[in-house]
Amino acid sequence: MDTLINYVSGFCLCVGALICVSGAVGVNRFNDFYTRMHAASVTDTLGAVLILIGLMLISEQLIVIAKLMIILLLGLIVGPTTSHVLAKSALKNGLKPILSDKRSDDISKN
Amino acid sequence: MIIAATLAIFAAMALALLRAVLGPSLYDRILAVNMFGTKTVLLIALLGFLMGRPEFLDIAIVYALINFISVIGVLRYSGSNAFQHEDKTQDSDSRGDKWIP
Repeated sequence: MDTLINYVSGFCLCVGALICVSGAVGVNRFNDFYTRMHAASVTDTLGAVLILIGLMLISEQLIVIAKLMIILLLGLIVGPTTSHVLAKSALKNGLKPILSDKRSDDISKN
Repeated sequence: MIIAATLAIFAAMALALLRAVLGPSLYDRILAVNMFGTKTVLLIALLGFLMGRPEFLDIAIVYALINFISVIGVLRYSGSNAFQHEDKTQDSDSRGDKWIP
């Protein structure tokens, strides 16, 4: 049972680290601000949740698990809020998204 | 596994710093700083477990709160002129003018 928990914890840590690195690569590779923000916010939330669950599984004391749970809930609340505020502020201040030609034509027709 | 995750978080933080330095607009830099802060929380938690001192989790909680407050505090002033985005590339504005928010 103990080794099974260790394996599950290692799997969660590895997948979370992989998601974090892929999000960082996506932030550097995408060419538009809004797609970059999509990559950053989605992978931040999921990677943080997986890594914190992986740490929760290998900790013994109850207070440590409670603190990790507090960090997890904070991340779940704070990350999407920050992304929302950032996207709204960028759109209001005139940072235009890059659209495809078809979508631009649809908007200009309406 | 904790060591591998720590190294991966270090790589992600380096890439976030790269975007913060290169970022063409102000919002890219704010996004990169926010991402750096989130990764720092994870790094503090992982390092606490790696060194056998889980008391570092208190610092991680405080860092998460400070990160949120700092980003919201910067964006509180987004109505000022310094936050107005002007398009420096000339070839993309013919297509961008059709966007109506």
